[in-house]
Amino acid sequence: MVTVRLFVTLKPSLLDSAGRTVAGSLQKLGFDEVQGARIGKLIELQMDKFDDARMKEMCQKLLANPVIEDFRYEVVA
Amino acid sequence: MKVAVIRFPGSNCDQDALWSLRNSVGIEAEYVWHESDSLVGYEGVFLPGGFSYGDYLRCGAMAAQAPILSEVRRFADEGRPVIGACNGFQVLCESGILPGALLRNEKEKFVCKTVRLRTISRASAWTRDLPETLDIPIAHGEGRYIAEAATIQALEDSGRVAFRYEGDNPNGSLDSIAGILNRKGNVLGMMPHPERAANPVLGKTDGIAILRAFELVVA
Repeated sequence: MVTVRLFVTLKPSLLDSAGRTVAGSLQKLGFDEVQGARIGKLIELQMDKFDDARMKEMCQKLLANPVIEDFRYEVVA
Repeated sequence: MKVAVIRFPGSNCDQDALWSLRNSVGIEAEYVWHESDSLVGYEGVFLPGGFSYGDYLRCGAMAAQAPILSEVRRFADEGRPVIGACNGFQVLCESGILPGALLRNEKEKFVCKTVRLRTISRASAWTRDLPETLDIPIAHGEGRYIAEAATIQALEDSGRVAFRYEGDNPNGSLDSIAGILNRKGNVLGMMPHPERAANPVLGKTDGIAILRAFELVVA
């Protein structure tokens, strides 16, 4: 069994309205050092075996929307 | 003609769509469950609003993979009328039948109000006979339409922007885009809800002209 950790993030060129709201709230709480926040998703998959091509296919077909999102993943033991 | 109102788990405007088509326009309409793989006997598709699959992952992402979508794609390719309103629009974008995507509203608020739309393109039977402006409700948290600059330019140049929000942009959509068309002009995706403005008793009727266009796209 392998665990694959997938990170899906909004493309940097797109406004992340939720991230902006969170950064604003932190600043209001006095955390002035926060200049920005981007919120993404962490998806952990448990698999019998890992195949890079099939993993990419999963990302492109369902887990990420290539129009708006980037993705990267790592195999964790 | 007979229109299929597709139901996903979490659809919640399916009843309004069916009622409006039958009673306000006089078009035959039936529900079709998303796990069906046939639209034989139907001539048009209404993808209703709601929260298909609880909006998990992304709005419309899971619905776009449902078995019925291969039939919806066939209808789109064959030039048959397909409309997606709100979540239906999100499903059309997620499935790639329409370009672009819908993101969280710029101001992070769910917006539920009647907006004024301006009809932009007359290139499609969906919009050809519509009035200059229509008052139609919106109710969404993720309606900010975006696409690459080249895609937006292509939509504008080829008369595929169906509607723009008039006045205030309620969700931050690029160029205030409220609805778009596919290349053939037979698929219309829009965030506003025409089926919620289709009953004189409830005081709003501007959506009826859009629903009536089902018969024009077929012809």
